[in-house]
Amino acid sequence: MRKVTRKQVLLQGSEACVKGALMAGCHFFAGYPITPASEIMEVMARELPKAGGVFIQMEDEIGSMGAVIGASLAGAKSMTATSGPGFSLMQENIGFAIMTEVPCVIVDVMRVGPSQGLPTQPSQGDVMQARWGTHGDHPTIALAPSSVHEFLELTVQAFNLSERYRTPVIVLVDEVVAHMREGVIVPAKGDIEVEERSQPTVPPEWYIPYGDPGTGVPPMPAFGEGYRYHVTGLCHDVQGYPTTRKDEAESLISRLFWKISKDLHRLQWLDSFYTEDALITVIAYGFVARAALPAVKEAREKGLKVGLVKLKVLWPFMSQTVTKVLEKSQKVLVPELNIGQISREVKRVNQGRCEVVTINKVDGTLITPREILKTLEEIHP
Amino acid sequence: MKETAELVHKYLRSTKKFPHIWCAGCGNGIFMQALIRAIDRVGYSKDEVVLVSGIGCSSRLPVYVDFNTVHTTHGRALTFATGIKLAKPRLKVITIMGDGDAIAIGGNHLIHAARRNVEIASFIINNQIYGMTGGQCSPTTPLGVKTTSCPYGNLEPNFDICRVVEAAGAAFVARSTVYHTRLLDRLIGKALKKKGFAMVEVVSQCVTYGGRYLGLDSPAEMMKWQKDNSIPVEKARELGEAELEGKIVTGVLVDRERPTYHEE
Repeated sequence: MRKVTRKQVLLQGSEACVKGALMAGCHFFAGYPITPASEIMEVMARELPKAGGVFIQMEDEIGSMGAVIGASLAGAKSMTATSGPGFSLMQENIGFAIMTEVPCVIVDVMRVGPSQGLPTQPSQGDVMQARWGTHGDHPTIALAPSSVHEFLELTVQAFNLSERYRTPVIVLVDEVVAHMREGVIVPAKGDIEVEERSQPTVPPEWYIPYGDPGTGVPPMPAFGEGYRYHVTGLCHDVQGYPTTRKDEAESLISRLFWKISKDLHRLQWLDSFYTEDALITVIAYGFVARAALPAVKEAREKGLKVGLVKLKVLWPFMSQTVTKVLEKSQKVLVPELNIGQISREVKRVNQGRCEVVTINKVDGTLITPREILKTLEEIHP
Repeated sequence: MKETAELVHKYLRSTKKFPHIWCAGCGNGIFMQALIRAIDRVGYSKDEVVLVSGIGCSSRLPVYVDFNTVHTTHGRALTFATGIKLAKPRLKVITIMGDGDAIAIGGNHLIHAARRNVEIASFIINNQIYGMTGGQCSPTTPLGVKTTSCPYGNLEPNFDICRVVEAAGAAFVARSTVYHTRLLDRLIGKALKKKGFAMVEVVSQCVTYGGRYLGLDSPAEMMKWQKDNSIPVEKARELGEAELEGKIVTGVLVDRERPTYHEE
C-alpha cells in the first residue's frame, strides 16, 4: 500500500489554481470580474497579499493584461484569469507579450460562446482562440487540466514554461473543472520544481536584450537592476530597437517559433489508458477526458479493444504523440465540447491514415460516458 | 541649465540608429529635451527611471533615451505603468502618450489611473490630430476643422483633457505648450516629484498634418499661435467662460494631497 504522507484537502478548481500559482511564485495578479472565472480573482484578492504579492482589480481585461505584462517587466511572476469575452479583449496585449517575450500566465475558464453565450455552462470553444486569437504568426503554449489536482499542477507548469521560454502561457480549463470540488493532495513546496527566467551573466554594457544565447531564449533582467533596454511590439533588432530590415524581422519571428518548437518532444504531456492493443483510441482533453475513461473501461469489460489518450498540452499541438496513436489505431474518436477544434488538428496530422470520428456538443451540457460508449460500440470493427 | 551636449551624451542612446522619426518642426523633440532636463535636475539615476509609451509619434520617444523603456500597445501605456509601479514601487514610472492615444482609445485607462492615484507622472502630448496615421481628427481637434477623416469639418466638440483628469481625481494637473519651454521644464519637474498621479498636458504642433488643416503653414507660425492663445491660469481665473473660449490655460491647475494607491 502507498504510504500517504500528506493529507487530502477538499478544494475547488479555482482554489487549486491559486494554490498552484502561489507555489510557482506568482507575485502579481490583475483581473476583472467575469463568470465563471471570478472565483480565481476573489481567492487571489484574499491570498496574494498574505503571501507578500500585489493584487489589483483593473478597469477591464485589456488593462489587466497590460498590468500583468508591466509587472513581469519589473520582475514579478504575474497572471490573470478570465473567460471567453475577457480573453478576446486580452488578445492584442497577449500578442505584445509574445513579441516582446514577457513571461506571464493567462487562465481562461471556458464558457459557451460566441459572444456572451452561456456564461455558466462548460465549453471547450476557446481552443482555437488560444491558438490564433492574436493577430500575426506566432507560437502559443496552452495547457488543459482535467481535474482539480491537475489544475493546480498545470498552473505551476504554466509559470515554469512561461519563465523557461519567455512567453505567455494559457491555461484552458472548462467551467466544470474550475467550479467542481475534489480531494487534492497538495504537494509540499520542495516537491514541485519551480523555474525562473534566466538572468544575464554579463555586465549591462555587454547585455544584448534580444540576442540568441543558443537556446533561443534571451536572459531577462528586471527593470531597475542596471540593465536598461528597450521593449517594443514593433519588429526589433537584437538590441530591442525597431527595425524594418527583412533579415532582422525574419530572424526574430523564426526565433520566437524555434525556441518552443525545438523542445516539442519535451511537451508531449499525456496520460494513456489501454492503448497497447487498442483498435480505437479516444483522444480527449479537459473534463471530457474524465467522461471518456469510464466509457473506455466499460467498453473493455464488454470486450472492445479501445484505449484513451488524454492530452495535457493543446498548443503546440502534440503531433508526435498523436502520430503514434494514429499509426497504431484503426480509428480515433475525438469527443469535444465544441464543433471540432482539436479534431481538426488530429485530421491534419492524420493525413488519411485512419478514420477520425468526432462527438461534438455546443449546447452547454457535458458529453456523458454513455454517449462515448455508445459511439465506441457503433464504430468498433 | 546644463550644456545641451552634456545632457545629450548622458541620456540619449548611443547605440540607437539616429536620426529620429519626427518631422522637422515637430514639438516632440522640444518635449523630449525638457523631460531630460527635468529628470537630470531632479536627480534620478537612469536605472530607476521607467519610460512607458503607447502608440503614435510622441510614443516613439522612449527608444531614444537611455532608461528602462517600453513602447506598449495603443492607449494602454498607463496599464503597463500601473503594473510596473505596483510590482516595484521604488521605480520612477513615467508615461508618454499622444492625444488620440491617451483620451480616445486609452480614455478609460486615463480616468481610472487618475482615480486610483498610483504614483505615475504622465505626459500627454496634444497636437490635436493623429499624425502617424495621416492626419485624422482626434478628440482634441477643434470644432469645424477639416481633416482626412472629417473632410466636411469636425462635428464633435473636443475634450478638455485637464478637466477630465481633474474630475477623475488626479493629484496634480498642469498644462503648458512646447512654446513655453521654461514653464514646461518647471511643470515636468513638479509632476515628477508629485506623490500620486500627475498629468501634464503638453500642447504641441503637428507641422505635417495639423498645420495644413489649421491653415498654419510653418512650425514658427504654429508656435506663435500657441503663444498668442495661451493665458496663465492665475490670469484666467479672473476671466469668464466666453473670454476663455479657444484659449490655452497654462500652469498648475490642480495640486492636491491624496493618499496614493500604495499608501492605502
